Amino acid sequence: MNLDRKTTPSIIDAVSFDLHLKKCDEYNLDNGIPVYSLNAGAQEVLLIEWVFYAGNWYEQKNIVAATTNFMLKNGTSQKTAFGINEYFEFYGAYLNRSCYNETATITLHCLSKHVNELLPVVAEIIADSIFPEEELNTYRKNQQQRLSVNLKKCDFIANRLIDEYIYGIHHPYGKYTSTLDYDQLNREELVAFYQQFYQQGKCMIFTAGKVPSGLDKSLNETFGHLPLQQRAIPTIQYHLHPAVEKKMHIINDPNGVQGAIRMARPFPNRHHPDYQKVQILNNVYGGFFGSRLMSNIREDKGYTYGIHSYIQNHIHEGAWMISTEAGKDVCKATIEEVYKEMDILCNEPIEEEELSLVKNYMIGSVLGDLDGPFQLIARWKNYILNGIDDQYFYKSVALIKTTESDELQELAKKYLNPNDFYELTVI
Amino acid sequence: MIQYNRFILDNGLTVLVHEDNATPMAVVNVLYDVGARDENPTKTGFAHLFEHLMFGGSVNIPDYDEPLQRSGGDNNAYTTHDLTNYYCQLPAQNIETAFWLESDRMLSLAFSEKSLTVQKKVVCEEFKEHYLNKPYGDVWHKMRELAYTVHPYRWMTIGKELSHVENAHIDDVKAFFFKHYRPVNAILVVAGNVKTVQVKQLAEKWFGPIEMGEKYIRSLTKEPLQQEARKLTIEAAVPLDAFIKTWHMDARLEKGYYAADLLTEILGGGGSSRLYQSLVKEQKLFSNLDCHHFGSIDAGLVTIEGKLVKGVSMEDAEQGVAAIINAIQEEHVTENELTKVKNKTESIIAFEDMSVMSRASSLAMYELLGDANLMNTELDKYQQITSQDLQFYSKQIFRESNSNTIYYQAKK
Repeated sequence: MNLDRKTTPSIIDAVSFDLHLKKCDEYNLDNGIPVYSLNAGAQEVLLIEWVFYAGNWYEQKNIVAATTNFMLKNGTSQKTAFGINEYFEFYGAYLNRSCYNETATITLHCLSKHVNELLPVVAEIIADSIFPEEELNTYRKNQQQRLSVNLKKCDFIANRLIDEYIYGIHHPYGKYTSTLDYDQLNREELVAFYQQFYQQGKCMIFTAGKVPSGLDKSLNETFGHLPLQQRAIPTIQYHLHPAVEKKMHIINDPNGVQGAIRMARPFPNRHHPDYQKVQILNNVYGGFFGSRLMSNIREDKGYTYGIHSYIQNHIHEGAWMISTEAGKDVCKATIEEVYKEMDILCNEPIEEEELSLVKNYMIGSVLGDLDGPFQLIARWKNYILNGIDDQYFYKSVALIKTTESDELQELAKKYLNPNDFYELTVI
Repeated sequence: MIQYNRFILDNGLTVLVHEDNATPMAVVNVLYDVGARDENPTKTGFAHLFEHLMFGGSVNIPDYDEPLQRSGGDNNAYTTHDLTNYYCQLPAQNIETAFWLESDRMLSLAFSEKSLTVQKKVVCEEFKEHYLNKPYGDVWHKMRELAYTVHPYRWMTIGKELSHVENAHIDDVKAFFFKHYRPVNAILVVAGNVKTVQVKQLAEKWFGPIEMGEKYIRSLTKEPLQQEARKLTIEAAVPLDAFIKTWHMDARLEKGYYAADLLTEILGGGGSSRLYQSLVKEQKLFSNLDCHHFGSIDAGLVTIEGKLVKGVSMEDAEQGVAAIINAIQEEHVTENELTKVKNKTESIIAFEDMSVMSRASSLAMYELLGDANLMNTELDKYQQITSQDLQFYSKQIFRESNSNTIYYQAKK
């Protein structure tokens, strides 16, 4: 048997693929709500997401935005919290809500056949939530308990503090929650926030999956006449207050056996000309399993179960972050290796073999990520919220294919300077 | 209805092909019929450590990940008590790379000392990250030891203790490999933009020459029927008291499994479930509360666990749980509630089947259970469960003598 097991079978370089981003349909409801729709997939399932500009960017007091968003499921004038949950769960549907920095969402996952039963209750939540005092008290108490558990975890503490160092405690990207914040919540603030940013707020709808015919009509009947879109999004500017001290070491648990390490530097948003190319550099550095940080610090030294680097997904300003949990006695050595890898990227060009691997890997993952309606709509949503379009996608793909090693070395010199990085260890 | 073709190579390797031409990708999923339940009690954590070693180079290929990434692919793996599953996804044009890689590591690993040394450390860090350095991180170690007296579900997949992983020797690695990682003990599923005839040719080319190996016949001691309630109190430096209670349930293919699955949904699935509504929202005994099971192949555990609201006593919390259980044993679940949990099950299955990767691993898992086509009859089995069945099984499961309780108390 002459089977050559030593040589890789011939492959087609993923960089030669012609990637195509399926367009999403766009239409407006009668009250001006834009709907973005992506009809794809074989399963009879559907995702609908309502996006409001109701993130913590717009709150006057800590956690008002997140609490308002959470309590959307806790009662309308027609239904109790239990009634709302039971209604969606009866149809095997999932109604989730999430609060981010700029936006807050309500997300429905359901079998396509049930959608018309479910839409009116979503509308009820958007138009007629009542924020019962007792629900708020239960939420407050349970969240305080949850927080007390999280505060024991080094990774939780580290995630909070590194953001505070970069943005400042009063910036929406840098602030975090204390027990006292829960005590100080009051119902009236939630109601006011709800009126301004949900009932009358700016809304967008995204739908994906096997979109039943007539969904546009149902959406218009149910949401097209609500008094949404009445209030302009306020323009609020926040100033950054980055920490002065760059190196921090915190003992949260004297008996801890691992340290959570976070290292980060400020980084511009996706409109900056370097942004897309830096994604390639980041992949080489710590962006996937085959990256240098992972190969060195996990696969060669065994200091950690995992180490990653990434650019934070923020609309305004961002950060380039390195994140890992490492054995207590090797935290220092881990940090040294992180800097050592920065240094190598600044001083030595990436070999062609490594760069072509990373490029093929990146194109392969984009291709995989274009597979499936939910992934596609998530990409479109990200583009729309960031004010970019599919030209950004094609440019990004082209840059992955064409960016050269010397350009990446220049970017490394520009951004991977250890002096620019905050360095935090929490044990 | 998930379509597939099945053939078996001369060396006993079962191959399933699921064609889906709507995707540009292909998935290659290799399931080995070995999990933590097959470990020696003095060398636990081995099946999982082994999963790490499978990425440390094979006999002809020094690095598994690199050629796959170069082909535009990505991969991962997981180990449970029952099985070990490896999967990779790559552009369908480059599928042969996956055959080359997966067949070489089935042929033989490189058995590198360096890889063993490093991966022992990595697994120890994984152990610390998930089980030592987290509040309540050891609760499942304790619960498994309490609930199982003989069955190997007694220990965690990560291992009973760090020393078992630290002491792993290269000879153990070799013996484990040639006992379990043979074609006759594996199931290969290829899914996505592929054709069965092409898969057959590639499977014969790359996997065909591998020696069959010996079929591993599992003979585990069945956990005896529990006769008496077991209780344990732990004190630890945690902020809140936690309550956790388990009851033995039926094995994966028995009718009682489907009933138990629906019961956990009625009791703890979502905001309208009984435990949440009554004990978190109305009585305010718990700040959070879950009811679940692990879907294990051998007889598993139904679990109710939650954190107590400060000031509530363990006894009151436990009585609250007992009252809910008593109600489900005494009164029929209404048609409405039964329909709700069946609708939810239908929906869970539909969402799971969206990704090719998930379809591939489900086919492998059902084939391991005896027949991949079980995947297509699963929903029917849930549909057939009646409220009488639920009452019968709730009485069978939720007997006090069948229970294991841990009071996990915050050190004062």
